[in-house]
Amino acid sequence: MAPSHVQPGAPQEPSADRRLSTLVRHLLPSSPRRTAAEDSSATLESSPTMASQGCSVFAGLAQAPEDPILGVTVAFNKDPSPNKVNLGVGAYRTEEGKPLVLNVVRRAEQMLVNDPTRYKEYLPITGLADFNKLSAKLIFGADSPAIQENRVATVQCLSGTGSLRVGGEFLGRHYHERTIYIPQPTWGNHVKVFALSGLTVKTYRYYDPATRGLDLKGFLEDLSSAPTGAIVLLHACAHNPTGVDPTIDEWEQIRQLMRSKSMLPFFDSAYQGFASGNLDKDAQSVRMFVADGGELLMAQSYAKNMGLYGERVGALSIVCGSADVAGRVESQLKLVTRPMISSPPLHGASIVATILKDSEMYHEWTVELKAMADRIISMRQQLFDALKARGTPGDWSHIIKQIGMFTFTGLTSEQVAFMRQEYHIYMTSDGRISMAGLNAKNVNQLADAIHAAVTQLK
Amino acid sequence: MALSSRASIGRQRLAVVPAARAMASWFGHVEPAAKDPILGVTEAFLADPSPDKVNGAYRDDNGRPVVLECVREAERRIAGNANMEYLPMGGSMKMIEESLKLAYGEDSEFLKDKRIAAVQALSGTGACRLFADFQKRFLPDSQIYIPTPTWSKFPSSFLHLSVIANPMFFLSHHNIWRDARVPQRTFTYYHPESRGLDFAGLMNDIQNAQDGSFFLLHACAHNPTGVDPSEEQWRERSFQFKAKKHFPFFDMAYQGFASGDPERDAKAIRIFLEDGHQIGCAQSYAKNMGLYGQRAGCLSILCDDEMQAVAVKSQLQQIARPMYSNPPLHGALIVSTILSDPELKNLWLKEVKGMADRIIGMRKALKENLESLGSSLSWEHITNQIGMFCHSGMTPEQVDRLTNEFHIYMTRNGRISMAGVTSGNVAYLANAIHEVTKAN
Repeated sequence: MAPSHVQPGAPQEPSADRRLSTLVRHLLPSSPRRTAAEDSSATLESSPTMASQGCSVFAGLAQAPEDPILGVTVAFNKDPSPNKVNLGVGAYRTEEGKPLVLNVVRRAEQMLVNDPTRYKEYLPITGLADFNKLSAKLIFGADSPAIQENRVATVQCLSGTGSLRVGGEFLGRHYHERTIYIPQPTWGNHVKVFALSGLTVKTYRYYDPATRGLDLKGFLEDLSSAPTGAIVLLHACAHNPTGVDPTIDEWEQIRQLMRSKSMLPFFDSAYQGFASGNLDKDAQSVRMFVADGGELLMAQSYAKNMGLYGERVGALSIVCGSADVAGRVESQLKLVTRPMISSPPLHGASIVATILKDSEMYHEWTVELKAMADRIISMRQQLFDALKARGTPGDWSHIIKQIGMFTFTGLTSEQVAFMRQEYHIYMTSDGRISMAGLNAKNVNQLADAIHAAVTQLK
Repeated sequence: MALSSRASIGRQRLAVVPAARAMASWFGHVEPAAKDPILGVTEAFLADPSPDKVNGAYRDDNGRPVVLECVREAERRIAGNANMEYLPMGGSMKMIEESLKLAYGEDSEFLKDKRIAAVQALSGTGACRLFADFQKRFLPDSQIYIPTPTWSKFPSSFLHLSVIANPMFFLSHHNIWRDARVPQRTFTYYHPESRGLDFAGLMNDIQNAQDGSFFLLHACAHNPTGVDPSEEQWRERSFQFKAKKHFPFFDMAYQGFASGDPERDAKAIRIFLEDGHQIGCAQSYAKNMGLYGQRAGCLSILCDDEMQAVAVKSQLQQIARPMYSNPPLHGALIVSTILSDPELKNLWLKEVKGMADRIIGMRKALKENLESLGSSLSWEHITNQIGMFCHSGMTPEQVDRLTNEFHIYMTRNGRISMAGVTSGNVAYLANAIHEVTKAN
C-alpha cells in the first residue's frame, strides 16, 4: 500500500464525516461486519453489495443445468457397484481402464523440466511459433501447396474448443454469411460455441438411423438448399458422436457440391491419427479441400491423439487465397484471442513442438498413437464378436464399420436407462458409447447388457 | 488460382468440376488489425542490439528472466507423476481453494461459509473476460468504469521494453469488456502534474457515476502508473462505493509482488470485505509466481450464501465451456503444489519478497542517482509509486531522445519498467534521464 502523502496540486479534502467515522472505528471494538455508517451512527443504508443485507446483484440468478455428458460421470461416480463400467468418458483408457500419458509425452515433459534455460515468459499472442508451423504441417501435409505459398494463418488455441470458438468469432466478425451448418447429430458443445460467436446455427442431415451409417442423400440435399457461401462444419474424421465417416468418394461429392456453392468448410479435427491409426489417412478429407485451391478453416486438437487433454493444446488454421490475405487474417485473429486469454498456455504446446520437431520422437509418437487406435479397433471387433456369439438380434456391423472413439449403438434411451439400472453400464442417453472405456474384462458384461436390453425392451 | 496440377486426389473428377474460386478470397476485405503497440515495438527493439535495453517482464539483477526455485521444484514433482486428464470446467479445486485463501485471507469466514463462487481462469485476462461475459449475461444494463490513463490515449508508435509481447493491461481491459459488449466508461485516476493520484477527481467520478455502476479497481501496484491509494484513501473509496451501491471488481495482478507481502498487498480487498462489499476478484500468478506463459489465474465472486455461490459458479462454467471447455492443467498444478506445501509456500514467499525488494531497491537507487547528479526536478514519485512500473513524467520527445541517444527503450508516455533496471544499468539510466530532462 502506498504511503499516505499529500499531493501538491491535487485537492483532496476527506469529509468531516469520514474523518469522524475513521476515528470512531479506531476507538470502538473492531468487528468485521461493522460498517463506517454504523460507527458514526448514521442510518445504515441498504446496498446491493452489502453482505450483511444479503442482496447480491446476482441474487436472481438460477443454477445452470448440468452438462449431460459430464452428468454421466457424476452418476457413475456415485454408483457403489464394483462392476460399474463408464462408457461416457471421452478420454482414452488403457486395457486396465487407466488414463494414459504417452511415453513420448513423458520424455518431452522430462526434457522441459531438465532444461535450465527454459523460461515461462508469455508466448506471443498467436502462440508458440514452432508449434503453429508444425501443426499446420501435420494436418495439411509438409508438402502442402497452401503452406509452401504462405497462405496459412495459424494461431495456437485452447484445444479444439478454443480453436472452434476463435474461428467462429472471426467468422462472426469478418465473413459475409453468418450461418453455419452443423451435422445432425454433432458434439454437444458445437451449438453453443458457434451461437456465442454470433453465428446462426442450422443443421444438415448426417446420420441415418436405419442403416446406422451416413445419410449422404440428406447431407447433399440440405447443403444444396443452404444459402450460397454458408459455413459448413465438417468432422475431419471419426465423427463425434456417431463414428460414421464419409468414404473418400463421398467426400469428393461433398467437396464438389460445397465448392460449387462457394461454401466455406470449417473442419473440426480432434482425432487425427486416432481414428485409423495413420495420421495422413485421417487427414485425407482436409487435404482434398486444400488441394483444390480453396479456402477453409481448421480446428485442430491434441487432446486425444497426444493424450494432452487437460493441457488444452490446439490450433486454428485458416487457409486463405493468398499470402497477403493470410497475413491480414492472422492480425485479425489476434484481436479475437487477445481479449479472451491474452496469449495461450505454454506447457502443452511446448510438449507438442518438442515431439513434432524431433524425427525420432515423432516416430515414437506415431507408434504409440497407432497402438491406441488399434486397441479401440480391437475392442470394436471384440464387442461385435461377443454380440454375434450371443445371437443378439439386429445388425451390429456398424460397430466395426464406425470409426474412432465413439460408437452410436442405436440403443434407445429406455434401453440405455435399463442398462444403467440393471448392469451398471453408463453411457449418454443417445446410446453413444466410448470404446476407450472397454477392455477384455468388461466387454462381455456390455454384450450381456446390450443383449438383455434389446431382447427385453423393444 | 488455377487448379494445381499437384492435386493428387481424384484428379480426373477434379478436372471436370470448376476449381474452387480462383478469384478473390472471401477474406480479401479483411483489414489488417491496427498494429499492436507492443508487437510493433518488438521489431524495433530486436533491431537494436544494444545491451542496455530495459525490459518489461521481471528480470533479476543480471537482467535475466527468472524461473522461481519453488516453481522448478514444483515442476520436478509434477513431471512423470501427474496425469493429464481434463480438469473440471471450473478448473482445479485445489488451486482455487489456495487462491481464495491468498486473496480473502487464510481464515476468511467467506471461505468457511462457502460463499465465494470461484473458477480457475486463464490468468488475469481470462478472469476479467469471464467476469465481463458474466456481467453482460446477467446484468445486461450494467456498464464498467475503467481507470485512466489507458493505452488508447497514446500515440501508436510505441517503443516497448519487453522482448516478448507483454500483455498491456489497460489495452486489454478495454478490449476485454468491449468484446464482451459491456459499455464502458473511464474514471479519473492519475494526476500527471504530481505523478500521483488525483484523489479528488477519482472520488468525484465515483460520486457522479450512476448508482450501482461496476468499477474495475487495481488491488495494488496500479498498472501502468504505479500509483496506489493510501489505506485511508481506500477506506474513503469503500465508503463512497457503499453509498453509491457500486460493484467493486478487483484486478489483482501483483499480490506479493508490490510490497513483498501478499497480505499487505491484499489490504484494499480486505477493507472492502470488512465494509461488507460483495466483491469480484481477478487473480493472476503471471508475475508473482513468474508463471506468465502458463496462464494461471482465478476469478471469484462473493455471494450472499452457499447456494448462490453454487449457482454463480455453475453459470461461470457455462461461459467457460463454449470458450475453452476447461482450463489448462499445468499452471494450476504448479500453483496448487506450491501453495499447499508449507515448505514450498515459504520458499515462494521468500522469493516473491526478493523480487519485490529488488524493485524497491532499484527505485531507491534510481532516485538517489538522479539526485546526486544534481537534477533540479523532483523524483519523489519514483519511490512513492509501487510495483513493476514507474510513471516518470517524461515527455514523448524526451523518451525519443532516450531511445535514439542512449538506446533506452520505454513507452512514449514515459513509463519505465523497473523490473528491467539493474545495479549494472541504473547509473546509466539515471544519467540518461538527467541528460534529457535537465534544463538547457
